[in-house]
Amino acid sequence: MSAASPVPTSPAGASGQAPSTRLAAVNDRAARTSLLKKFEPPLISLAAILATLLLFGGFLLLDGLNPLDVYEVMFRGAFGTSFSFQNTLQRSAPLMLTALCTALPMQLGLLVIGGEGALVVGGVAAAVAGLAMRGSSPYTVLTAMFFAGAIAGGLWIALVGVLRAYRGVSETISSLLMSYIAIALMNHLVEGALRDPESLNKPATRHIGEVNMLGPIPGLDVHWGLVYGLIACLVSFVLMKRTVFGFAASMTGGNMRAALLSGLPVRRLMVLTCFLAGAAAGTAGMIEVAAVHGRANASLVAGYGYTGILVAFVARQNPLGVIPVALLLGGIGASGGLLQRNFNLPDASVNVLQGILFMVILVSETLYGKLDLWSFARRRTPPKAPAVGVTA
Amino acid sequence: MSAELGAWGVPVAVLAGAIRVSTPFIFVSLGECITERSGRVNLGLEGTLVMGAMVGYGCSYLTGSPWLGVLAAGLVGVLFGALHGFLCSRPRVNDIAVGIGLMLFGCGLAFFLGKPLIQPSAPHLPAIPLGFWSDTPQIQDALRVNVLFLLGVLLAPAVSFALQRTRWGLIVRTVGESAEAARAMGYDVNRVRMLATMAGGFLAGIGGSFLSLFYPGSWNEGLSSGQGLMAVALVIFARWNPVKCLYASLLFGGASALGPALQAVGVTKGYYLFNAAPYALTLLIMVLSSSATRTSADQPAELTVAR
Repeated sequence: MSAASPVPTSPAGASGQAPSTRLAAVNDRAARTSLLKKFEPPLISLAAILATLLLFGGFLLLDGLNPLDVYEVMFRGAFGTSFSFQNTLQRSAPLMLTALCTALPMQLGLLVIGGEGALVVGGVAAAVAGLAMRGSSPYTVLTAMFFAGAIAGGLWIALVGVLRAYRGVSETISSLLMSYIAIALMNHLVEGALRDPESLNKPATRHIGEVNMLGPIPGLDVHWGLVYGLIACLVSFVLMKRTVFGFAASMTGGNMRAALLSGLPVRRLMVLTCFLAGAAAGTAGMIEVAAVHGRANASLVAGYGYTGILVAFVARQNPLGVIPVALLLGGIGASGGLLQRNFNLPDASVNVLQGILFMVILVSETLYGKLDLWSFARRRTPPKAPAVGVTA
Repeated sequence: MSAELGAWGVPVAVLAGAIRVSTPFIFVSLGECITERSGRVNLGLEGTLVMGAMVGYGCSYLTGSPWLGVLAAGLVGVLFGALHGFLCSRPRVNDIAVGIGLMLFGCGLAFFLGKPLIQPSAPHLPAIPLGFWSDTPQIQDALRVNVLFLLGVLLAPAVSFALQRTRWGLIVRTVGESAEAARAMGYDVNRVRMLATMAGGFLAGIGGSFLSLFYPGSWNEGLSSGQGLMAVALVIFARWNPVKCLYASLLFGGASALGPALQAVGVTKGYYLFNAAPYALTLLIMVLSSSATRTSADQPAELTVAR
């Protein structure tokens, strides 16, 4: 499609023959549009983020605040100092993983929004595994916790996939309902069978033990969860964009009927992808338990699952795009405390900002394909023969 | 409390719950029913519900009239519906995703603006004591019925009539069954859907005001626990039929009241599990009522949520 296939055009075009010139122009345009296609998503996402800042700025003005001051503090609270940046990194780790919980099924055209539930289930399973393995070496404990969290979260969302594939139940609604069920289950367990008798005000499981906690990355004050998140995003990207599995998935997402007709195991693809998605969110729960809280309790329900949906949409469901977007939204979350102290803005202001961003991003979908400014300019000035030179 | 009625306390409390808890379900599901009949899904009704609760409470507090609060809540719902309708009428914008966005936005905005409303107490909606014939306090309590509940009960057949027997209803159903046919007949599909979403938002807003102005009857951030979302599932369960929406809402209200009712008679074990009952029930019903191979004949053909 791109400049790699100019073979017939360049010699013919140089002689100035009309048909081949046209061909060259087409080729040339294809090269530009493919370049544009590459930069379109980040450009439009950036524009949407700017538009969101403008809209939220108006909201702040109505509240009697200077938006520039607020944004300055927000930036400081997110990326300004090494302390705040590490806090941002810390928060972005679970966001990357919960974003994958939406982004992976979306490759098949499934809109799963139950990351919060898978995170909770994964967290509880990880805590149970960690407690059961106490006494083993910390490495063994963490490995067991990882597998327990990932498999529990995976099975949780795989059930959503099974219901969708074999019963036609809307995955959007069922995954969300299952989040509520997951939270109720966790409350039931930490109030009852798993309760640490010493946790009085806030029922929780027993602590997995300080030695077994997931430590910081050497040289940083950021726990290893970040690496889990980065690896998960990279692996997901390779899986979805560079393998047969990913090709089959995006074919199903593009046209399910065509995928069925060409003999793809669409149902199995759905269930497997949902398992991977849930495993990512379950790992986020495991990280929250192993690196932050040390035990499973209601602190797991911190809204990472819902912010993850937003991350996936801003990243346009691209697993690599998830990384910078998770950093951005993690940063916004990290600056919440500072905003509260400096401007007396309630926690919910971050939610308002996220809500505006979500809608602007969805509307920006309309812009795709309309950014073809180059071809617009060309239409005004008819192409001349030497245009060929670009492709040669 | 349950000494007098003994084990009978549970069904009475469930009945009371069915009446009390179901009211927001009735309004939200009827609203969603209208919207879905036009071929669009509004998952953002959860946000509308919470906004309605906040605005209704605030307006009732400021003006002293709970009915003005109900009206204001409905109008905010109309605004949110208009926003959803407008965003979805842009090309390539997914209505379910917009709904999720509106859910986050509505909840965030309500918590942001409603911060000062947590402390003060606003005048509540009045209740009609239909249990005057009994001397048992529980039964009297259970039958203290709110006017909004009665309105909702009357509204269900009214919406059904409007959809089946009026010109407007026919237009909405045409748009929901085949956008192309509607376009060929000269109707503006996006406008019809926008109006249907606004009507749905109005009802959802009123449902929200019930939460803050009658039961539980205060404004706080944990007010809604997914009622707006469950209503969407409930409409699928009710096969897009407004009268069945009413029955389904009553069933859900009863299921939601089961946990607190059992706790009141001393069964505290599994309290949280009983709290999950309505969600599990919704899921179970969805599993039983859908099929992988065929779509229901009652389903509006333009709808994407229940493929």
